[in-house]
Amino acid sequence: MTMDETIRDVLTEHGRLAVDAGSIEENTDLFASGMTSHASVNVMLALEDAFDIEFSEKMLRKSTFESIAAIRAGVLEMKEA
Amino acid sequence: MTSITEEAPVVSDSSDVSRRMARIADEISGPAADEVDQQGRFPSETISALRAEGLLSALIPRSLGGMGASYSELSQGLVSMGRQCASSAMVVAMHHIQVASLVRHGRNDLLRNYMVELVDRQYLLASATTEVGTGGDVGSSVCAVDVADGTFRLEKQAPVISYGRFADGILATARRSADSPENDQVLALCRPPELELEQVGEWNALGFRGTCSPGFILRASGDAAAILDDPYSDVSTQTMLPVAHILWSSLWLGIASAAIDRARRFVQAEARKRPGMTPAAALRLADATALYQQFADLLRCSVARFEDIQDDPDRLSALGFAIAMNSLKVSASTLVVDVVRQSMVICGLASYRMDTPYSLGRHLRDSIGASLMVNNDRIMGNNAQMLLVHRGE
Repeated sequence: MTMDETIRDVLTEHGRLAVDAGSIEENTDLFASGMTSHASVNVMLALEDAFDIEFSEKMLRKSTFESIAAIRAGVLEMKEA
Repeated sequence: MTSITEEAPVVSDSSDVSRRMARIADEISGPAADEVDQQGRFPSETISALRAEGLLSALIPRSLGGMGASYSELSQGLVSMGRQCASSAMVVAMHHIQVASLVRHGRNDLLRNYMVELVDRQYLLASATTEVGTGGDVGSSVCAVDVADGTFRLEKQAPVISYGRFADGILATARRSADSPENDQVLALCRPPELELEQVGEWNALGFRGTCSPGFILRASGDAAAILDDPYSDVSTQTMLPVAHILWSSLWLGIASAAIDRARRFVQAEARKRPGMTPAAALRLADATALYQQFADLLRCSVARFEDIQDDPDRLSALGFAIAMNSLKVSASTLVVDVVRQSMVICGLASYRMDTPYSLGRHLRDSIGASLMVNNDRIMGNNAQMLLVHRGE
Protein backbone atom coordinates (compact mmCIF):
# COMPACT_ATOMS: atom_id res chain seq x y z
CA MET A 1 0.00 0.00 0.00
CA THR A 2 1.39 3.43 -0.88
CA MET A 3 1.66 6.19 1.68
CA ASP A 4 -1.22 8.06 0.06
CA GLU A 5 -3.42 4.99 0.15
CA THR A 6 -2.70 4.50 3.82
CA ILE A 7 -3.49 8.17 4.54
CA ARG A 8 -6.76 7.87 2.64
CA ASP A 9 -7.63 4.67 4.50
CA VAL A 10 -7.02 6.39 7.84
CA LEU A 11 -9.18 9.32 6.75
CA THR A 12 -11.94 6.99 5.61
CA GLU A 13 -11.95 5.21 8.93
CA HIS A 14 -11.42 8.14 11.32
CA GLY A 15 -11.83 11.46 9.49
CA ARG A 16 -15.63 11.48 9.49
CA LEU A 17 -15.55 13.45 6.27
CA ALA A 18 -18.70 14.49 4.49
CA VAL A 19 -17.05 13.38 1.24
CA ASP A 20 -15.27 10.23 0.03
CA ALA A 21 -11.73 10.20 1.42
CA GLY A 22 -10.67 7.85 -1.36
CA SER A 23 -11.24 10.38 -4.11
CA ILE A 24 -10.84 13.75 -2.40
CA GLU A 25 -8.29 16.13 -4.01
CA GLU A 26 -5.02 16.13 -2.14
CA ASN A 27 -5.19 19.88 -1.45
CA THR A 28 -8.83 20.01 -0.37
CA ASP A 29 -9.31 21.44 3.11
CA LEU A 30 -10.26 18.48 5.28
CA PHE A 31 -11.68 20.64 8.06
CA ALA A 32 -13.96 22.36 5.57
CA SER A 33 -14.93 18.86 4.42
CA GLY A 34 -16.36 17.92 7.79
CA MET A 35 -13.38 16.71 9.83
CA THR A 36 -13.85 17.95 13.39
CA SER A 37 -10.96 18.65 15.72
CA HIS A 38 -12.07 15.56 17.63
CA ALA A 39 -11.81 13.46 14.48
CA SER A 40 -8.43 14.99 13.63
CA VAL A 41 -7.03 13.65 16.90
CA ASN A 42 -8.16 10.15 15.95
CA VAL A 43 -6.71 10.58 12.46
CA MET A 44 -3.43 11.57 14.02
CA LEU A 45 -3.37 8.61 16.41
CA ALA A 46 -4.13 6.24 13.54
CA LEU A 47 -1.41 7.81 11.37
CA GLU A 48 1.13 7.38 14.16
CA ASP A 49 0.19 3.74 14.43
CA ALA A 50 0.15 3.12 10.68
CA PHE A 51 3.53 4.75 10.03
CA ASP A 52 5.14 3.97 13.38
CA ILE A 53 5.95 7.62 14.00
CA GLU A 54 5.25 10.18 16.68
CA PHE A 55 4.34 13.69 15.62
CA SER A 56 6.41 16.28 17.44
CA GLU A 57 4.77 19.02 19.50
CA LYS A 58 5.37 21.60 16.81
CA MET A 59 3.55 19.44 14.28
CA LEU A 60 0.44 19.30 16.43
CA ARG A 61 -1.27 22.10 14.55
CA LYS A 62 -4.40 22.23 12.56
CA SER A 63 -2.32 23.05 9.49
CA THR A 64 -0.49 19.70 9.65
CA PHE A 65 -3.77 17.88 9.11
CA GLU A 66 -5.62 20.29 6.85
CA SER A 67 -5.16 18.31 3.62
CA ILE A 68 -3.82 15.01 2.34
CA ALA A 69 -0.78 16.83 0.93
CA ALA A 70 -0.10 18.46 4.31
CA ILE A 71 -0.45 15.14 6.11
CA ARG A 72 1.95 13.47 3.65
CA ALA A 73 4.51 16.22 4.20
CA GLY A 74 4.13 15.87 7.96
CA VAL A 75 4.49 12.09 7.90
CA LEU A 76 7.59 12.33 5.69
CA GLU A 77 9.13 14.90 8.00
CA MET A 78 8.54 12.68 11.01
CA LYS A 79 9.86 9.57 9.22
CA GLU A 80 13.09 11.39 8.43
CA ALA A 81 13.46 12.79 11.93
CA MET B 1 -32.67 46.78 21.15
CA THR B 2 -31.62 49.80 23.09
CA SER B 3 -31.40 53.10 21.40
CA ILE B 4 -28.15 54.96 21.61
CA THR B 5 -28.82 57.99 23.67
CA GLU B 6 -25.52 59.02 25.16
CA GLU B 7 -23.46 61.76 23.65
CA ALA B 8 -20.12 60.86 22.16
CA PRO B 9 -17.92 59.79 25.04
CA VAL B 10 -14.72 61.46 26.01
CA VAL B 11 -11.99 59.15 24.80
CA SER B 12 -9.03 58.99 27.09
CA ASP B 13 -6.02 56.77 27.37
CA SER B 14 -6.11 53.23 28.67
CA SER B 15 -3.83 53.62 31.64
CA ASP B 16 -6.73 54.02 33.99
CA VAL B 17 -9.21 51.57 32.47
CA SER B 18 -9.11 49.24 35.45
CA ARG B 19 -9.30 52.10 37.93
CA ARG B 20 -12.29 53.64 36.17
CA MET B 21 -14.07 50.31 35.96
CA ALA B 22 -13.42 49.82 39.67
CA ARG B 23 -14.93 53.22 40.45
CA ILE B 24 -18.06 52.49 38.41
CA ALA B 25 -18.30 49.09 40.08
CA ASP B 26 -18.07 50.61 43.57
CA GLU B 27 -20.29 53.61 42.99
CA ILE B 28 -22.89 52.22 40.60
CA SER B 29 -22.86 48.43 40.17
CA GLY B 30 -22.51 47.62 43.88
CA PRO B 31 -25.46 49.65 45.16
CA ALA B 32 -27.75 48.16 42.47
CA ALA B 33 -26.49 44.57 42.77
CA ASP B 34 -29.14 43.19 45.11
CA GLU B 35 -31.97 44.72 43.13
CA VAL B 36 -30.53 43.45 39.83
CA ASP B 37 -30.31 39.99 41.40
CA GLN B 38 -33.73 39.97 43.06
CA GLN B 39 -35.61 41.32 40.08
CA GLY B 40 -33.47 39.52 37.52
CA ARG B 41 -33.21 42.80 35.65
CA PHE B 42 -30.57 44.08 33.28
CA PRO B 43 -27.88 46.17 35.04
CA SER B 44 -28.55 49.16 32.83
CA GLU B 45 -26.96 51.71 35.18
CA THR B 46 -23.59 49.95 34.94
CA ILE B 47 -23.71 49.77 31.16
CA SER B 48 -24.77 53.43 30.92
CA ALA B 49 -21.90 54.47 33.15
CA LEU B 50 -19.38 52.48 31.10
CA ARG B 51 -20.84 53.99 27.91
CA ALA B 52 -20.57 57.50 29.26
CA GLU B 53 -16.85 56.95 29.80
CA GLY B 54 -16.26 55.20 26.50
CA LEU B 55 -15.29 52.01 28.28
CA LEU B 56 -17.25 49.69 25.99
CA SER B 57 -14.54 50.26 23.39
CA ALA B 58 -11.63 49.81 25.78
CA LEU B 59 -10.19 46.96 23.69
CA ILE B 60 -10.47 48.71 20.34
CA PRO B 61 -7.07 49.91 19.11
CA ARG B 62 -6.23 53.58 19.26
CA SER B 63 -5.87 53.62 15.48
CA LEU B 64 -9.63 53.08 15.32
CA GLY B 65 -10.38 55.55 18.07
CA GLY B 66 -10.54 53.10 20.98
CA MET B 67 -8.43 52.96 24.11
CA GLY B 68 -6.18 50.08 23.13
CA ALA B 69 -6.44 48.68 26.63
CA SER B 70 -4.59 45.49 27.47
CA TYR B 71 -6.23 42.27 28.58
CA SER B 72 -4.60 42.57 31.98
CA GLU B 73 -6.12 46.01 32.54
CA LEU B 74 -9.52 44.73 31.50
CA SER B 75 -9.08 41.66 33.66
CA GLN B 76 -8.36 43.82 36.71
CA GLY B 77 -11.37 45.99 35.98
CA LEU B 78 -13.56 42.90 35.83
CA VAL B 79 -12.23 41.62 39.14
CA SER B 80 -13.43 44.89 40.70
CA MET B 81 -16.77 44.66 38.97
CA GLY B 82 -17.26 40.99 39.86
CA ARG B 83 -16.64 41.91 43.47
CA GLN B 84 -19.65 44.24 43.41
CA CYS B 85 -22.09 42.68 40.94
CA ALA B 86 -21.32 39.45 39.12
CA SER B 87 -24.20 39.92 36.68
CA SER B 88 -22.91 43.33 35.60
CA ALA B 89 -19.40 41.97 35.29
CA MET B 90 -20.57 38.99 33.22
CA VAL B 91 -22.40 41.26 30.75
CA VAL B 92 -19.32 43.44 30.45
CA ALA B 93 -17.02 40.43 30.05
CA MET B 94 -19.17 38.89 27.35
CA HIS B 95 -19.32 42.18 25.49
CA HIS B 96 -15.54 42.49 25.49
CA ILE B 97 -15.13 38.89 24.28
CA GLN B 98 -17.16 39.88 21.20
CA VAL B 99 -15.16 43.06 20.74
CA ALA B 100 -11.91 41.11 20.98
CA SER B 101 -13.12 38.77 18.23
CA LEU B 102 -13.95 41.73 16.00
CA VAL B 103 -10.67 43.49 16.69
CA ARG B 104 -8.55 40.42 16.10
CA HIS B 105 -10.43 38.78 13.23
CA GLY B 106 -12.37 41.52 11.46
CA ARG B 107 -10.07 43.01 8.85
CA ASN B 108 -12.35 44.14 6.03
CA ASP B 109 -13.48 47.73 5.61
CA LEU B 110 -17.03 47.17 6.78
CA LEU B 111 -15.91 45.62 10.04
CA ARG B 112 -13.24 48.22 10.64
CA ASN B 113 -15.73 50.99 10.02
CA TYR B 114 -18.09 49.26 12.40
CA MET B 115 -15.43 49.34 15.11
CA VAL B 116 -14.99 53.08 14.58
CA GLU B 117 -18.76 53.40 14.89
CA LEU B 118 -18.74 51.25 18.02
CA VAL B 119 -16.28 53.65 19.63
CA ASP B 120 -18.49 56.59 18.75
CA ARG B 121 -21.84 55.05 19.67
CA GLN B 122 -20.64 52.70 22.43
CA TYR B 123 -22.54 49.70 21.11
CA LEU B 124 -23.08 46.75 23.43
CA LEU B 125 -22.40 43.41 21.69
CA ALA B 126 -23.87 40.03 22.56
CA SER B 127 -23.20 36.52 21.38
CA ALA B 128 -25.28 33.73 19.85
CA THR B 129 -23.01 30.70 19.71
CA THR B 130 -25.18 27.95 21.18
CA GLU B 131 -27.98 26.48 19.13
CA VAL B 132 -30.93 24.19 19.58
CA GLY B 133 -29.97 20.78 18.19
CA THR B 134 -26.21 20.78 18.70
CA GLY B 135 -26.23 19.38 22.23
CA GLY B 136 -24.36 22.39 23.60
CA ASP B 137 -21.40 21.98 21.25
CA VAL B 138 -20.53 25.50 20.09
CA GLY B 139 -18.11 23.99 17.56
CA SER B 140 -20.97 22.93 15.32
CA SER B 141 -23.98 24.67 13.84
CA VAL B 142 -27.27 23.57 12.35
CA CYS B 143 -28.12 26.93 10.79
CA ALA B 144 -26.21 28.30 7.82
CA VAL B 145 -25.65 31.74 6.36
CA ASP B 146 -27.23 32.03 2.97
CA VAL B 147 -25.08 34.38 0.91
CA ALA B 148 -26.38 35.71 -2.40
CA ASP B 149 -25.48 38.89 -4.31
CA GLY B 150 -23.23 40.10 -1.53
CA THR B 151 -25.95 39.78 1.12
CA PHE B 152 -26.23 37.22 3.88
CA ARG B 153 -29.35 35.85 5.48
CA LEU B 154 -29.51 33.86 8.69
CA GLU B 155 -32.08 32.31 10.98
CA LYS B 156 -30.92 30.69 14.20
CA GLN B 157 -32.70 29.06 17.12
CA ALA B 158 -30.61 30.17 20.07
CA PRO B 159 -31.42 28.56 23.43
CA VAL B 160 -29.59 31.42 25.17
CA ILE B 161 -28.62 34.92 24.16
CA SER B 162 -27.44 36.77 27.21
CA TYR B 163 -28.81 40.35 27.32
CA GLY B 164 -29.97 39.83 23.73
CA ARG B 165 -32.81 42.29 24.18
CA PHE B 166 -30.40 45.00 25.32
CA ALA B 167 -27.65 44.46 22.75
CA ASP B 168 -26.91 46.71 19.80
CA GLY B 169 -25.34 43.91 17.80
CA ILE B 170 -24.96 40.15 18.01
CA LEU B 171 -22.16 37.92 16.77
CA ALA B 172 -23.72 34.62 15.68
CA THR B 173 -22.13 31.39 14.54
CA ALA B 174 -23.50 29.51 11.55
CA ARG B 175 -22.34 27.08 8.91
CA ARG B 176 -20.51 28.78 6.05
CA SER B 177 -23.16 27.70 3.53
CA ALA B 178 -26.12 25.37 3.26
CA ASP B 179 -23.73 22.72 1.86
CA SER B 180 -21.09 23.05 4.57
CA PRO B 181 -20.51 20.40 7.24
CA GLU B 182 -21.61 21.32 10.75
CA ASN B 183 -18.14 22.30 11.93
CA ASP B 184 -17.29 24.63 9.00
CA GLN B 185 -18.53 27.73 10.76
CA VAL B 186 -18.35 31.47 10.34
CA LEU B 187 -19.12 34.31 12.71
CA ALA B 188 -21.56 36.91 11.43
CA LEU B 189 -22.15 40.35 12.88
CA CYS B 190 -25.91 40.88 13.00
CA ARG B 191 -27.12 44.45 13.40
CA PRO B 192 -30.38 46.29 13.52
CA PRO B 193 -32.46 47.19 11.63
CA GLU B 194 -31.79 43.89 9.81
CA LEU B 195 -31.72 41.98 13.08
CA GLU B 196 -34.89 40.63 14.58
CA LEU B 197 -35.14 38.71 17.86
CA GLU B 198 -38.15 36.69 18.86
CA GLN B 199 -37.90 35.80 22.52
CA VAL B 200 -38.55 32.19 23.52
CA GLY B 201 -39.18 31.60 27.21
CA GLU B 202 -37.90 33.48 30.22
CA TRP B 203 -34.65 33.71 32.19
CA ASN B 204 -35.31 32.82 35.80
CA ALA B 205 -32.08 31.26 37.03
CA LEU B 206 -30.35 30.57 40.32
CA GLY B 207 -27.58 33.08 39.67
CA PHE B 208 -26.31 35.61 37.15
CA ARG B 209 -29.89 36.70 37.09
CA GLY B 210 -29.12 40.15 35.70
CA THR B 211 -27.62 38.74 32.52
CA CYS B 212 -31.20 38.28 31.23
CA SER B 213 -30.42 35.22 29.11
CA PRO B 214 -33.58 33.70 27.59
CA GLY B 215 -33.72 31.91 24.26
CA PHE B 216 -34.42 33.68 21.00
CA ILE B 217 -35.11 32.99 17.38
CA LEU B 218 -32.62 35.24 15.65
CA ARG B 219 -33.33 36.44 12.12
CA ALA B 220 -30.78 38.63 10.44
CA SER B 221 -29.55 39.76 7.08
CA GLY B 222 -26.94 42.20 5.91
CA ASP B 223 -23.86 42.89 3.83
CA ALA B 224 -21.85 39.68 3.46
CA ALA B 225 -18.78 41.62 4.59
CA ALA B 226 -20.27 41.54 8.09
CA ILE B 227 -19.10 37.92 8.21
CA LEU B 228 -15.73 37.86 9.95
CA ASP B 229 -12.76 37.19 7.73
CA ASP B 230 -11.39 34.20 9.63
CA PRO B 231 -13.23 30.88 10.06
CA TYR B 232 -14.92 30.55 13.44
CA SER B 233 -12.63 27.68 14.42
CA ASP B 234 -9.68 30.10 14.26
CA VAL B 235 -11.59 32.89 16.03
CA SER B 236 -12.54 30.42 18.73
CA THR B 237 -9.07 28.90 19.25
CA GLN B 238 -7.06 32.10 19.03
CA THR B 239 -9.40 34.56 20.70
CA MET B 240 -12.85 33.62 21.96
CA LEU B 241 -11.82 30.68 24.07
CA PRO B 242 -8.74 32.16 25.77
CA VAL B 243 -10.27 35.63 26.18
CA ALA B 244 -13.54 34.21 27.52
CA HIS B 245 -11.78 32.00 30.02
CA ILE B 246 -9.56 34.86 31.18
CA LEU B 247 -12.35 37.41 31.49
CA TRP B 248 -14.82 35.02 33.12
CA SER B 249 -12.15 33.92 35.58
CA SER B 250 -11.52 37.59 36.37
CA LEU B 251 -15.07 38.25 37.48
CA TRP B 252 -15.21 34.92 39.32
CA LEU B 253 -12.11 36.01 41.20
CA GLY B 254 -14.08 39.17 42.03
CA ILE B 255 -16.84 37.03 43.57
CA ALA B 256 -14.24 35.13 45.59
CA SER B 257 -12.64 38.38 46.64
CA ALA B 258 -15.94 39.76 47.93
CA ALA B 259 -16.53 36.54 49.89
CA ILE B 260 -13.13 36.43 51.50
CA ASP B 261 -13.40 40.12 52.33
CA ARG B 262 -16.51 39.38 54.37
CA ALA B 263 -14.80 36.42 56.00
CA ARG B 264 -11.81 38.55 56.95
CA ARG B 265 -13.98 41.32 58.36
CA PHE B 266 -15.98 38.75 60.32
CA VAL B 267 -12.88 37.19 61.89
CA GLN B 268 -11.41 40.60 62.70
CA ALA B 269 -14.65 41.70 64.36
CA GLU B 270 -14.49 38.53 66.50
CA ALA B 271 -10.86 39.21 67.34
CA ARG B 272 -11.66 42.73 68.50
CA LYS B 273 -14.20 41.39 70.95
CA ARG B 274 -11.57 39.30 72.73
CA PRO B 275 -8.05 40.58 72.17
CA GLY B 276 -5.45 37.94 73.00
CA MET B 277 -7.68 35.06 71.85
CA THR B 278 -7.30 34.04 68.20
CA PRO B 279 -10.82 33.26 66.98
CA ALA B 280 -11.37 29.64 65.95
CA ALA B 281 -12.38 30.75 62.45
CA ALA B 282 -9.03 32.49 61.92
CA LEU B 283 -7.40 29.20 60.99
CA ARG B 284 -10.02 28.58 58.36
CA LEU B 285 -9.51 32.11 57.11
CA ALA B 286 -5.83 31.32 56.69
CA ASP B 287 -6.84 28.26 54.68
CA ALA B 288 -9.30 30.18 52.51
CA THR B 289 -6.72 32.91 51.95
CA ALA B 290 -4.25 30.36 50.60
CA LEU B 291 -6.94 29.12 48.23
CA TYR B 292 -7.72 32.67 47.14
CA GLN B 293 -4.05 33.33 46.46
CA GLN B 294 -3.85 30.24 44.24
CA PHE B 295 -6.80 31.59 42.30
CA ALA B 296 -5.47 35.15 41.97
CA ASP B 297 -2.00 34.01 40.92
CA LEU B 298 -3.40 31.48 38.46
CA LEU B 299 -5.39 34.24 36.80
CA ARG B 300 -2.46 36.65 36.71
CA CYS B 301 -0.21 34.02 35.11
CA SER B 302 -2.87 32.99 32.62
CA VAL B 303 -3.39 36.57 31.46
CA ALA B 304 0.38 36.94 31.02
CA ARG B 305 0.52 33.63 29.15
CA PHE B 306 -2.06 34.92 26.68
CA GLU B 307 -0.56 38.40 26.37
CA ASP B 308 2.89 36.96 25.68
CA ILE B 309 1.69 35.17 22.55
CA GLN B 310 -1.43 37.13 21.61
CA ASP B 311 -0.08 38.11 18.18
CA ASP B 312 1.28 34.68 17.28
CA PRO B 313 -1.53 32.58 15.73
CA ASP B 314 0.71 29.53 15.61
CA ARG B 315 1.43 29.51 19.33
CA LEU B 316 -2.17 30.40 20.13
CA SER B 317 -3.20 27.31 18.16
CA ALA B 318 -0.84 24.97 19.98
CA LEU B 319 -2.42 22.17 21.99
CA GLY B 320 -0.54 23.07 25.15
CA PHE B 321 -2.02 26.57 25.15
CA ALA B 322 -5.57 25.31 24.57
CA ILE B 323 -5.19 22.79 27.38
CA ALA B 324 -3.87 25.52 29.69
CA MET B 325 -6.74 27.89 28.92
CA ASN B 326 -9.29 25.12 29.42
CA SER B 327 -7.63 24.18 32.70
CA LEU B 328 -7.85 27.81 33.80
CA LYS B 329 -11.63 27.81 33.30
CA VAL B 330 -12.13 24.55 35.16
CA SER B 331 -9.83 25.53 38.03
CA ALA B 332 -11.20 29.05 38.40
CA SER B 333 -14.83 27.92 38.35
CA THR B 334 -14.06 25.34 41.01
CA LEU B 335 -11.97 27.68 43.16
CA VAL B 336 -14.66 30.37 43.23
CA VAL B 337 -17.16 27.95 44.79
CA ASP B 338 -14.54 26.68 47.24
CA VAL B 339 -13.62 30.18 48.42
CA VAL B 340 -17.26 31.24 48.79
CA ARG B 341 -18.12 28.06 50.72
CA GLN B 342 -15.14 28.41 53.03
CA SER B 343 -16.06 32.03 53.63
CA MET B 344 -19.58 30.96 54.53
CA VAL B 345 -18.28 28.48 57.07
CA ILE B 346 -16.17 31.26 58.56
CA CYS B 347 -19.06 33.73 58.80
CA GLY B 348 -21.57 31.07 59.80
CA LEU B 349 -25.22 32.00 59.94
CA ALA B 350 -24.39 35.65 59.33
CA SER B 351 -23.51 34.68 55.76
CA TYR B 352 -26.52 32.39 55.39
CA ARG B 353 -28.91 35.14 56.35
CA MET B 354 -29.92 37.41 53.52
CA ASP B 355 -29.82 40.64 55.54
CA THR B 356 -26.44 40.99 57.21
CA PRO B 357 -23.22 42.71 56.10
CA TYR B 358 -21.81 39.17 55.78
CA SER B 359 -24.57 37.74 53.53
CA LEU B 360 -23.14 35.49 50.83
CA GLY B 361 -26.24 33.96 49.29
CA ARG B 362 -25.98 35.88 46.02
CA HIS B 363 -22.28 35.11 45.75
CA LEU B 364 -22.88 31.40 46.30
CA ARG B 365 -25.65 31.29 43.69
CA ASP B 366 -23.55 33.20 41.16
CA SER B 367 -20.45 31.10 41.84
CA ILE B 368 -22.25 27.86 41.01
CA GLY B 369 -22.99 29.14 37.51
CA ALA B 370 -19.28 29.26 36.74
CA SER B 371 -18.85 25.51 36.30
CA LEU B 372 -22.10 25.19 34.33
CA MET B 373 -21.74 27.90 31.70
CA VAL B 374 -19.91 25.75 29.19
CA ASN B 375 -19.99 22.73 31.44
CA ASN B 376 -16.68 21.79 33.06
CA ASP B 377 -17.23 18.16 32.05
CA ARG B 378 -17.38 19.18 28.39
CA ILE B 379 -14.19 21.20 28.77
CA MET B 380 -12.41 18.39 30.57
CA GLY B 381 -13.61 16.04 27.81
CA ASN B 382 -11.91 18.29 25.26
CA ASN B 383 -8.71 18.31 27.29
CA ALA B 384 -8.87 14.53 27.66
CA GLN B 385 -9.03 14.23 23.89
CA MET B 386 -6.12 16.65 23.35
CA LEU B 387 -4.03 14.88 25.97
CA LEU B 388 -4.12 11.71 23.87
CA VAL B 389 -1.61 13.40 21.61
CA HIS B 390 -0.12 16.32 23.56
CA ARG B 391 3.62 15.89 24.25
CA GLY B 392 3.83 18.00 27.38
CA GLU B 393 5.53 21.34 27.85
